[in-house]
Amino acid sequence: MRDKFAEVIYKFGKKNKQIAVLVADISPAGSINNFKNEFPDRFINTGVSEQSMIGIAAGLALKGMRPFCYTIATFSLYRPFEMVRVDLCYQNLPVTIIGMGSGLVYSTLGSTHHTIEDLAVATAIPNMTVLCPCDPMEMKLATEWCATKSKGPVYMRIGKRGEKDFTSNSKDKFKIGKLRKIVNGSKIAIITYGTLISMSFEIKDKLKKKGYNTAIYSCHTIKPLDENGIAKVLKKYEKVIVMEEHVPNGGLKDKILAISFKNNIKSKVYYFTLKDKFIHFYGNHKQLLNKHGLSSNKIINSIFPKK
Amino acid sequence: MLLKKQISDSLNRCKSYRKRILEISQQVFALHLGGSYSCLEILDYIYEFHIPLRKKNKNDNIFIMSKGHSCIAQYVILENRGVIKKKELDHYCKAGGKLGCHPDYGNPGIEASTGSLGHGLALAVGICKANKIKKNNSKVFVILSDGELQEGSTWEALMMAANLELDNLICFLDHNGSQSYGVTRDEHPKFYPISNKIKSFNWETVTVDGHKIGEIDKKFYQRKTKKPFFLICNTIKGKGISYMENKPEWHYKSPTPEQYTQGLLDIENGI
Repeated sequence: MRDKFAEVIYKFGKKNKQIAVLVADISPAGSINNFKNEFPDRFINTGVSEQSMIGIAAGLALKGMRPFCYTIATFSLYRPFEMVRVDLCYQNLPVTIIGMGSGLVYSTLGSTHHTIEDLAVATAIPNMTVLCPCDPMEMKLATEWCATKSKGPVYMRIGKRGEKDFTSNSKDKFKIGKLRKIVNGSKIAIITYGTLISMSFEIKDKLKKKGYNTAIYSCHTIKPLDENGIAKVLKKYEKVIVMEEHVPNGGLKDKILAISFKNNIKSKVYYFTLKDKFIHFYGNHKQLLNKHGLSSNKIINSIFPKK
Repeated sequence: MLLKKQISDSLNRCKSYRKRILEISQQVFALHLGGSYSCLEILDYIYEFHIPLRKKNKNDNIFIMSKGHSCIAQYVILENRGVIKKKELDHYCKAGGKLGCHPDYGNPGIEASTGSLGHGLALAVGICKANKIKKNNSKVFVILSDGELQEGSTWEALMMAANLELDNLICFLDHNGSQSYGVTRDEHPKFYPISNKIKSFNWETVTVDGHKIGEIDKKFYQRKTKKPFFLICNTIKGKGISYMENKPEWHYKSPTPEQYTQGLLDIENGI
């Protein structure tokens, strides 16, 4: 995803002189060097100083620019939280924060580098838009929107590199603020976001062998949340699975349960989140998710318990 | 160099600003009097000699009050300049009014929302950088509080201003030596000296009496380098009011009616 970001931002940087990129000693690979070399004025590396990265971006935006701040997700949101809240959100400035390597993607680096409560934090701030594209194609469309259409601050949670595209044959078009159907199905639907989309495809394939057609929805916009779209899905399917790489508090699961309650919907919602825990466990991304209870088999077994 | 008349006019303006602030102090409690009185002359200097009366174009200089808690000092100047209406200032901190205890971006004459310390300088760095990108010659003037130098974010911004070679950034430190909890020299003795620290961050740094605009102006035009410019302005907290001067408790306290009367006399007679 980060390569796609670098590619798209370079393309828009060429067209639009208001686009600036700020990084805090972490840089997306690939085309970002093109951006840096061609527009050195509009590329700022603040070094390991995330508070100034956000504050400077706000200053640029006050003069009409559209800055993108890019670093590892934890350091993009938690370290400079008050700058995000006051400088960007209170002043409602069109600055996009790219939180790279979110969730447990930096698996071996430990909890200092895991971003597992960012949606709770980011969605709580007034004026903030929160995006979680599920693959490089959605990442591209989300970045385009931020570069051209956003009116205020955006926090965009992304993976790292090597993610596959899952949305090339998507049923719905990508539209900010709209729940997006990726795969058709009946009776069972999965709602998820971000890189966990790959696990939803594993589940779909495994359930297919059991004779179920599972629909998959990408909830790429967490705020503003498509409440009507979600209510429709909750009504349409017998079983709705919500999966997210986020702690149980303040993520998508809470918001979906609230929609279900508000609309008095009877369909069964199964939800799977990370544990409310800092785990002291190292391994690859998938192994960490598994340690938190997130694996396709665990999810399927809990929905269809073996007798 | 400023003319004698310019200096005496400034002194008179500052007198009337002090009175207006004191008047407001009898209507609402939400005031930071001490730190507002310490930066009045600096503020008057910046507005009078560097900020155009009416914003004409994007090349105009702008001002950011990083020590947002002293914005009442900014408001009375903006009122005098006709940017803020008297009626608006009369409703300061009152229900239905739009002017609060900290500057709010979008209000007339307010370029950024501040109030949480340690934000203003990075915002100014961003604005200065945008001006460079857009090949716009305008300057950004900032007033920092000395307490604000205890925020790590201020040092991040100091470092970046130098890295980005922002000669269009001018920062005035309202060095009144006391803060909410007490006298800075007692509470944080190793905070000093300030000047060497700023210099070592690659800023041109000078020290000046922050209540003498003639001196401020002289130092301003004696600038030697293209580095960002930092003026340490030695000031007196609560300047102009006998019972307030250098008393940390006047960081956030309102005068009684008797103190108000005494204060008016102090301002008029010049203590």
